[in-house]
Parts: sequence; C-alpha cells; structure tokens
Amino acid sequence: MGLLLKVIKGGMSTTVQDFGRWGHQAMGMPVAGAMDPEALAVANILAGNEPGEAALEVTLLGPTLEVDGEGALAVAGADLGFTLNGVSAPRWTSLAVKTGDVISFTGPGGKGCRAYLAVSGGIDVPVILGSRSTYTRAAIGGFEGRALKAGDTVSCGEPPALWRRTIGLACPEPLRPVRDPEAPIRAVPGPQDDAFTPEGLETLFGSEYTITSQADRMGYRLEGPKVSHKAGADIVSDAIPLGAVQVPGHGQPIVMLADRQTTGGYTKAAVVLTVDLAVLAQRLPGERLRFARSTPEEGARLLAERAQRLASLARLRAEYRSRPERPLGGARATSGAYSLRIDGKTAVIEWQEL
Amino acid sequence: MDQPTLPRILDAGDSCLVAEFGTTVDRALNAKVQALKKALAKCGIRGIVELVPTYRSLAVYYDPCVVGRKDLAARIEAVCLDLGDEGSGAGRVVAIPVCYGGTFGPDLENVCAHTGLSKEEVIARHTGRETYCFMLGFTPGFAYLGGMDESLATPRLENPRTLIPAGSVGIAGKQTGIYPIDSPGGWQLIGRTPLAVFDPLRTPPTLVEAGDWVRFQAITEAEYEEIQSAARAGKYTVRAAFRKEAE
Repeated sequence: MGLLLKVIKGGMSTTVQDFGRWGHQAMGMPVAGAMDPEALAVANILAGNEPGEAALEVTLLGPTLEVDGEGALAVAGADLGFTLNGVSAPRWTSLAVKTGDVISFTGPGGKGCRAYLAVSGGIDVPVILGSRSTYTRAAIGGFEGRALKAGDTVSCGEPPALWRRTIGLACPEPLRPVRDPEAPIRAVPGPQDDAFTPEGLETLFGSEYTITSQADRMGYRLEGPKVSHKAGADIVSDAIPLGAVQVPGHGQPIVMLADRQTTGGYTKAAVVLTVDLAVLAQRLPGERLRFARSTPEEGARLLAERAQRLASLARLRAEYRSRPERPLGGARATSGAYSLRIDGKTAVIEWQEL
Repeated sequence: MDQPTLPRILDAGDSCLVAEFGTTVDRALNAKVQALKKALAKCGIRGIVELVPTYRSLAVYYDPCVVGRKDLAARIEAVCLDLGDEGSGAGRVVAIPVCYGGTFGPDLENVCAHTGLSKEEVIARHTGRETYCFMLGFTPGFAYLGGMDESLATPRLENPRTLIPAGSVGIAGKQTGIYPIDSPGGWQLIGRTPLAVFDPLRTPPTLVEAGDWVRFQAITEAEYEEIQSAARAGKYTVRAAFRKEAE
C-alpha cells in the first residue's frame, strides 16, 4: 500500500500536478500541469517514479505534511526551506520517510517560488481526461479540484518495486534544470506579430518589464513600455498556446501559462520558448525581465537538451540501483539492475526477486 | 469575401504551428478548419500532440523532439492541397432542451424590453433556427454559436453576475450560448437546459463539438425536472439529427 500524507498546513497554494491535461483543448479544457515540468520530472525520477507522475507543486510558502507509511520522496525546484522533522533536508535527493515523519517548509531561501515534492508511487488522485493535474478555476482534477488544506489526507500510489534502492541518489548539478536568473526570456515572434508596429515589437524585445502582482498559474501580467499595435488589439479568437505573449489594447504584455484559457481574442506578439517558461514561472511579482528574439529551432534544441538531461538522470538512477550490494552476513541480493549497450543505445534491465 | 484555400502557416513558439485560413467569422472558412482537423487526425502524423480548431485557424501542437517544424509545416500544406469541399452546411444537429423564463431565465424580460418582442416571440425565434458551433473555448465546454436570429440581439448586463449556474442559456449582443460550468458572467439569461453541457467524467464530456449545429427546444418546468433526473441517471439520450444542406 502507498503512503498517506496528512495535511497539517496547506501552504499558500499546494496543488497536485503532472505534465498536464493535453489533448482536450478542442473542447475548451485548459491544460494545467506543472509550471516547471523539468523540476517535476527530476523530483519524480529521484523518488523512483516515471518522470510525469503526479506530485505536489509547492508555491512560495509550503505545506506541513505528516507521513503515514514508508516510501521515498524527493524535492526539486526552488529552495523553499524544505525540512524533514524540523531539520533542513537536501533538495535534489532521494530520501526515505516513515510513519510519523513531518515534512515542512520554512520559507524561500533564495530565488524561485515553485518546488515539487514527489513521493514514490505518485500522488493517487483520480485521472480525469488523462491527467491528475489540478485546474482550480473549474475545480477539475487533483485533490477535489483545489489546493490542499489542513485536514486533508492525500493517498499515494503503490511504491515502485525498486524504491528502496533509489534512496540516497542525488541529482548532480549538471543534470538539474539550467537556470540563469539574469538571462532574458527567449520568445519566437508570432503568430500575430504582423498586428504590431515595428516600433512596438522593438519595444517588446528591447525593454525591461516588471512582473505585476497579477501573476499566477494562468498568466503573468507585465508592466513596462507600451507595445503599440498597427490597428487594434482585438482579433477573431484563435488558440492561445502555452507561453503566448498576449498584448491587449493597453499595450502591456501578459504571458499565458499552464492554466490559460484555450482560446482568446487578443493579439499575440510572440510565444516564449517552452524551456524558458519554467524560468519565468520561478519568478515573482516585482522582479524584472527582458525578452529576447528566438526561433522555433532554438526552442527545439533546448527541449532536446532537456530531454537529454532527464534521460541521463534516469540512466544514473539505473546505475545507482545496480551498484553492487554488500548484504550483511553474506545474504544474496534480491534486486538489481544491468546496463546494456545495444546498437549504441543504452538499455537498462532492472530485476527483483518475487 | 474570397478566402484562399491554402492556409498561412504561422509559428506559435517552438511547439505549435497555426494553420490560418482567414481572420474573419465565416462558416465556409470555419468548415475548412474542421476539414483540415479531420484530415490531419486521419493521417496520424507522429509527433502531433493535439489539434485545436478555432473560428478561423487550426492550432497544431507538436513535440519538436519527435517531428521537426519544417517537416510538419510541409505535411500540413500537403494535406491542405487534398482537402475536400466541405462547408456545404451538412452536419450533425444536436437538440438542446431549454426551459425559458422564470427563475431559469431571469433576463428574458430584459430581452423582450430591448427587442420589443413578446416572451413567446423571443422563444419562437430562439428555437426557430439552427445555430452553428464554430469552436469551443473560454471555459471548459463553452460553445461559440453563430447564426442566432439577429432580431434577438441584446447588449450584455451592465453589472455582470458573480455566479451563473451551469446550463444557463444567454444572449450577449448577436451571440447566444450556454454556460457549461458555474461561472461569473454578464450575458442576458433567458433560460436553462437540464443537461450537463460539460461533464469531464462522461464520454464524450461535451454535447456539442466544433462543426456541429445546435437547435434549442422549448420545454416546460415539469419536463426540465424529468429530463434532469433521467440525464443524471444516465438514461437520457441527447437527440441528434443530420442536416444535408445549408438554408
């Protein structure tokens, strides 16, 4: 049986998220999903799960949770002051927990506002339209469609077979998401870049913008020099892709994020590269940013690099699990893994005694 | 207005291409969007994540680690060359029962006052025509319907309501629509359907898809209760017909 997490304090906004509810936007269903999917994937791999299992997205002020049962957990993403039984605990590391352990967060310790708490077996809430992600605006998915609050008990799935052998695994620095807080947010012009004056686009890509207090999972409203349109800001509605930089008539950009509506009637000057959305999602109101022009090809290359980092971490986990066991008293190993190279590709075969 | 058959292929970041057939609200143009969606869904190109039709364009979400942008754009263009001549107005017509007026339609009188029509006449005109579903969006399950009798056009409420119950049928300007989930809004509410227009646990979750037609049908309060209990028990079959040609 999977472990239980008893919620003592819900935190500012702790929701169940996975890679999102893709495939249903044609019926107007927003995608939702983790704002920083790479951090979610790292936490899951460390907890012994598949990269896209459901985990808790912790926002700025984290929850306090009491563990019932045993399993592995890992926290990845921003430093929000993760503690285990009142003692500061490492992020990016697979930790063992048991009944009575208390997970809490003392508050942000640096830049970043979203962390992911993955538990072996994943968070076990019903799958709705192919995903466990929470979309709070319509109360769909996740834990009763809302953020966690005191008194909730969250169930986790059956821990994966080799979870014990994952304990102690840490994600090395180079395999963590690459984040330069000073770097500009890269975006591809379009699909309605032709609705803006050349000066308007120059302004967007050449100025500094401040994240306003209207910044949440749906989108970040920015404030700065006005981006001017040629004729008007309204279009006949079309799709709003993840990361769309929408500019209504007031000329202030809004970057549309995980909980965005599927369609809308404002011009979109550009769309942020998928990997840079996570960089943006870790920023807070009051912080400043710049945009830089990019191309779909650069975005694709960065996504391939991200996939490489995650594949490397998964391989590292397999190697870690297959390390020689030195059981006390000469007992034989009951599980392990082999790494094979076939046609230049590495495959991992994991085994355990039944 | 003449619309070119081949869409413009626009970049929307690194994981989405938009095939844009035009920039206006036009049923023939929308039919091309629906036709491209069907054709792409049929040819099962690897790497396509999902297809989102809107009034005038089709968003093609893709995984750039599986299919390259240039390849995908070329495949879309090739499919467009072979698109059949849809848009004859043929399609599925879904019957949506609505109980008009009273507590379900608190703004029916506003619509009467604005249009100068009697309640009976407003209901007759609202149910007298098939409206076309251009797309879904805005909230889960919200259908953008076009083609309401324009004599019913009424501006939105000056003070939007903070909570409108799911199933409410309203008018905003020349548009008519159904609120799929409880939400705030400023439409003039003229009635309510007992059917759940959006239920994520049902297959399919929506009653109407883009490219369908909707015909509203007036029902009494007693029928409302009856249909609602039958629908909740899973014993109500939504009536749908097929229409061959446009008006």
